[in-house]
Amino acid sequence: MKKVYFYGTCLVDLFFPDAGMAGIQLLRQAGLEVVFPEGQTCCGQPAYNCGYWEEARAVARAQVALFPDDLPVILPSGSCAGMMKVHYPELFHGEPDESQVRAFSGRVYELTQFLVDVLHVQLKDLGAPVKVTWHSSCHALRDLGLKVEPQSLLGQLENVEVAPLAREYECCGFGGTFSVRQPEISGAMVCDKSADAEATGASVLLSTDGGCLLNVNGALEAKQSQLRVQHIAEFLWERTHAR
Amino acid sequence: MHADTDILFRDSASKALLDPQLRANFRRAMDGLMAKRKAQFPDPQDLQELRELSTAIRSRSLLNLPTLLEQLETNLTRNGIQVHWAETCDEANQLILGLLQARGAKTLVKGKSMVSEEMHLNAFLEAHGIEALESDLGEYIIQLDDETPSHIIMPAIHKNKDQIARQFSQKIKDAKYTEDVDELTAMARKVLRQKFLDADAGISGVNFAVAETGTLCLVENEGNGRMSTHVPPLHIAVMGLEKVVANLEEVAPLYAILTRSATGQAVSTYFNLITGPRGEGELDGPQEVHLVILDNGRSRIYADPQLQATLRCIRCGACMNHCPVYTRVGGHAYEAVYPGPIGKILTPQMEGVGVRHDLLHGSSLCGACSEVCPVQIPIPDIIVRLRREATHTDATSSVMGKGSGRTNTEDWAWRIWAGVLKRPALYRLATWFATRFGRALPGSAPLLKHWTAHRTKPVPAKRSLSERMRAEGGPHV
Repeated sequence: MKKVYFYGTCLVDLFFPDAGMAGIQLLRQAGLEVVFPEGQTCCGQPAYNCGYWEEARAVARAQVALFPDDLPVILPSGSCAGMMKVHYPELFHGEPDESQVRAFSGRVYELTQFLVDVLHVQLKDLGAPVKVTWHSSCHALRDLGLKVEPQSLLGQLENVEVAPLAREYECCGFGGTFSVRQPEISGAMVCDKSADAEATGASVLLSTDGGCLLNVNGALEAKQSQLRVQHIAEFLWERTHAR
Repeated sequence: MHADTDILFRDSASKALLDPQLRANFRRAMDGLMAKRKAQFPDPQDLQELRELSTAIRSRSLLNLPTLLEQLETNLTRNGIQVHWAETCDEANQLILGLLQARGAKTLVKGKSMVSEEMHLNAFLEAHGIEALESDLGEYIIQLDDETPSHIIMPAIHKNKDQIARQFSQKIKDAKYTEDVDELTAMARKVLRQKFLDADAGISGVNFAVAETGTLCLVENEGNGRMSTHVPPLHIAVMGLEKVVANLEEVAPLYAILTRSATGQAVSTYFNLITGPRGEGELDGPQEVHLVILDNGRSRIYADPQLQATLRCIRCGACMNHCPVYTRVGGHAYEAVYPGPIGKILTPQMEGVGVRHDLLHGSSLCGACSEVCPVQIPIPDIIVRLRREATHTDATSSVMGKGSGRTNTEDWAWRIWAGVLKRPALYRLATWFATRFGRALPGSAPLLKHWTAHRTKPVPAKRSLSERMRAEGGPHV
């Protein structure tokens, strides 16, 4: 049996463990053995984005060390996968361990990307008819170029209708530290995003990023909306496994 | 230079967010501009090829910048255009004042020029008794209200038709109130026509300066650029030193991508190629043409291999049209000559990264700007780099004001953050506390209160993923 690594990410670890478990189950369902190294924390993106590169490197180094074997590293997050795949090589440019880090970055995949592009999974929908909408996270979209993968997975589910979200490619306003450093602008952005999501008439908003989900969920809950949010891994697992 | 408290982006942006009319004006205008641009690029591959060509042209121009600038000066001079160099805005202003005073010029008309905004030229000339009238319709509108441009291409985009109708009826002599756009335009035209004929001098910007032929290219839609540069006896053009390209062949793709990216037009209504003053036997054109080439920090930006990409910019404004922050707060909230994403990287480099640290944090790093940038400037990467520069003093850096945005609080916060996250045992302890007691944290706690102004409090799960995987046992290495 083929093996892969799973990197949970700090937001999934703390706020969306069900999504992490679901991601692992989806990989197992596809016939893979999933290795979840003990001791993982955070990819280091917050410090990197704020310019604190030494601190980011120290944390990133500790993560890379946990994945020594030449196996794919799967993340249930576009943003953290973008950090590890695209920004680690920049962060470690000129450092003594640059080549090891680059090799690691080359093995990093976002979960839906791996399911579609590498595993070519075929999903069978076992759930009741439902209408959902899809929020593209900025980093999944622009760091990783994930435009079609998540949608193609949803497209395989015959009882799932995907309602198009107005301004689908516009940021939800999370932006990590942006949400607390610019709370007014971030707040205006998430209010608009949740209104657009509600206007779709969907019952669930799906995304591949914990940050976006946390943000949009908070805004929807604040206005006591009927619309709920869910990580795509959890949604796919719920609909495809026999209970 | 402003005081710190005057330029906090967060404060200005917060005020702007409370203005529903302003927000509606920007949302409508930006949605329209995004749709028009998209319609101009139906094939993503064609677009990407054009972006790569444009990026290559601009990068090559910068690579050969010193040589091209010398060649430009030689060929402009041969064509009878006098070239002047200014290191600072003040030098440029003094140069222009000198040229105007030597010819006894009292009134001038201006085509649209962001570099002249950078120099605050109008205010400077006014202080010396010279009237500078903006002739671009948008610039004319904001000049009537003594405002600055809120967008680099559409300076009055923050106003809607009704607001302009009211403004014209109050500020233009003998104007009647009308909301008819053609009638409003005709009113401005009537005022401007006479000014073109009366003006002692015309001032314009430059979109591309062609080194091989000594040509100044000016892109515009209203004909005011042509009038400003051809009717008065004296024409003074101003440009940043990065505007040079090698030859006319290079202008074609840049022009094609500029108008499409900016306003969603395949071509602009006017494209002026200025090759010198009125020749012998010619019936029109100015008697004298001058070009002022401004540095104002550009050489410093040029010296840094990564930051140099900032100078590729062709000032199309697509980054602001697509920016979720700009769309909500408008251009004035940036308290800077250049608003939006390009302003966020240009302003701190010109004024100091510490002074405009707040601007650098006014971005969610979503990347919508770099995705549409015709010359692929990696704006989010440069924002991150400048955040670094603002808080650190790397020996190799030549960035203005490096390290001056550093605070002990932020320093310690990141030190503690890294201290926990590089030690799995500490992280495990922290998540154990968060999962057990996180929900008890009051929504009014520091930092969290910013979050809860628009959202419910984020509640950690009862058990973390790591904890569940440990409980599951199995091959977890």
